[in-house]
Amino acid sequence: MIEIRFHGRGGQGAVKASDILAMAAFEEGKQVQAFPFFGVERRGAPVTAFTRISEEEIRIHCYIYEPDILVVLDPSLIGAVPISKGLKPNGKIIINTQKNPGDFSFPDAESPQIFAVDCSSIAVKHGLGSESAPIVNTAILGAIASATKLVKIDSVMQAIKERIPVKKEKNAIAAKETYENLQK
Amino acid sequence: MKKVLTGNFTAAYAATAAKVDVIAAYPITPQTTIVELLSEIVADGKLDADFVKVESEHSALAACIGAQAAGARTFTATSAQGLALMHEMIHWAARGRLPIVLANVNRAMAPGWSIWADATDSVAQRDTGWMQVYCENNQEVFDTILMSYKIGEREDILLPTLVNLDAFFLSHTSQVVDLYDEKTIDSFLPKYNPKIKLDEKSPCSFGALTAPDHYYEFSYKIQKAHESATQVIKEVGKEFGKTFGREYGLVDAYKCDDADYILINYSTIAGTAKDAVDRMRDKGIKVGTLKVRYFRPFPYEEIKSTVSNAKKIGVIDRAVSYGQEGPFFNETKASLYGKTTPMYGFLAGLGGRDVSIKDIESMVDYMKTNDPENKIWIGVKE
Amino acid sequence: MSKNEKNKYEVEIKGAKDMPSMPASLGSMKYNKTASWRSIKPVIITEKCKNCMICWKFCPEPAILPTTPPTIDYDYCKGCGICVVECPFDAIKTEKEGK
Repeated sequence: MIEIRFHGRGGQGAVKASDILAMAAFEEGKQVQAFPFFGVERRGAPVTAFTRISEEEIRIHCYIYEPDILVVLDPSLIGAVPISKGLKPNGKIIINTQKNPGDFSFPDAESPQIFAVDCSSIAVKHGLGSESAPIVNTAILGAIASATKLVKIDSVMQAIKERIPVKKEKNAIAAKETYENLQK
Repeated sequence: MKKVLTGNFTAAYAATAAKVDVIAAYPITPQTTIVELLSEIVADGKLDADFVKVESEHSALAACIGAQAAGARTFTATSAQGLALMHEMIHWAARGRLPIVLANVNRAMAPGWSIWADATDSVAQRDTGWMQVYCENNQEVFDTILMSYKIGEREDILLPTLVNLDAFFLSHTSQVVDLYDEKTIDSFLPKYNPKIKLDEKSPCSFGALTAPDHYYEFSYKIQKAHESATQVIKEVGKEFGKTFGREYGLVDAYKCDDADYILINYSTIAGTAKDAVDRMRDKGIKVGTLKVRYFRPFPYEEIKSTVSNAKKIGVIDRAVSYGQEGPFFNETKASLYGKTTPMYGFLAGLGGRDVSIKDIESMVDYMKTNDPENKIWIGVKE
Repeated sequence: MSKNEKNKYEVEIKGAKDMPSMPASLGSMKYNKTASWRSIKPVIITEKCKNCMICWKFCPEPAILPTTPPTIDYDYCKGCGICVVECPFDAIKTEKEGK
């Protein structure tokens, strides 16, 4: 079973991203579970969401304390929130940022593999959100597909079209672009 | 047909699949999406049912009682404060022998104002005569609602069922659910056809004045129905297994046969406990977990036979009966009266606090190194 | 209330012993600065404002002070937008709350 933890701020679509990732894995015949951290939510406040993907039935129902993969939609959370707490050794961290992987340090994580992808620019390029508040949740899914090989990009695009109510094509293309960027 | 659904949507689809005739419900977080989806389904014509908009939960159950008495299959849903508001009608539905199905999203009672998972709301209804079942996952929510109609509507049962699902941990968590197909469901669940119902062609009065001459026997009959239910639940659970591939019983035992330590639990904690058991077994500790599905009727025999060889028994309650102890712990202890096996009463997760694998491992650690205690508050900050 | 006045009942809660017997927030609600709830910010256009005070009357908080012209108390304004809708002179505009 693979456990993925999403970190974003209220309004950025972290919860939707966790849901779409689960859908994509389901399309490929996996067992899935997706849910947000159930707290009081505010726009701008930190939001955590969880996805579990497995070949077998998922029986566990608590929050994810030892994720295999971390997805960070908003890098301003790093340091403000204990993002990498519990990350398994050699766990993958996918960050939406214009910086490089080497610019980040996670002292409480053991040899994390960091992937830095500029999802914000790609989102803005495809008209998703605005310059000051880009909606990066679909773009980052492409990065996840590439970095983790958990799901195929086609499944992600299919799930985006099913679960996102507006600008389906643009959202799917944003995911494909980050996927291809990271493949290089 | 498999879909990825939240527990709430699953409950709505189950009521749809059961082809209920009347739905009356009032919104309350975290149940709202059950009723919202059902109202859409009815408005779209996908379910031929009367959706009665009521002004409170008390009226919701009252409407279901009236409709059920007239021969309709009814469904409602609520949570915590809503369930408490219905309390007077809860008695009525059971004593009136009306097999209503109510999906209750287990939520903490206020104050403190909390929308998070806690079993106090349903436990507080345990004396009313309703059958009560706790679901571990969304698939079980779907299956249990279907079975509850079949079990409750049996002539020898005629009892309403409280189907419980944890707030957020099931209600708002997406999982893979198999919704089967209409044809098979229809063959499993025939139409509701009660012998006694409000019908102008064959008039009768419901719930009349009953003097001590007869009230006692009516009460006796309700208890007898619960006793029959322990058999019927297993029968229908087996039939469900043959029809849909998933068999259910009063309890669900996992790796208990050779276990030194057995943890008894319910709802989503039961799912996490299974993973915790596997992890502890990897470390060489022989643990098993026994999930209690039905709290009413209480599964005396199943519990007794499952824990007969255990060295120590721990019960995990997500509720506490103040001035006493955890309700499932208390009743389990009573059912094992005479046994000298040490029993531990763990309290965990009240008010929606998460119960992790580490928490469950700490319970087994506690049992290993301490004498029995009736109220062990896991994680409490004193 | 001065800018940095603290609620004298504010204590660090380490456990049950530090908590009152029932969930009561001790101290005035004035210490609960609900400004963080806002995602849109109402702004009074003073040139258009006629001082009718309808916005002050409708504000549920109340987060509009009865000054001339009325001023919005941004420490408490939750951004519900009722003042924007009720102003008969369209003298209140909305801005996106800064990140």
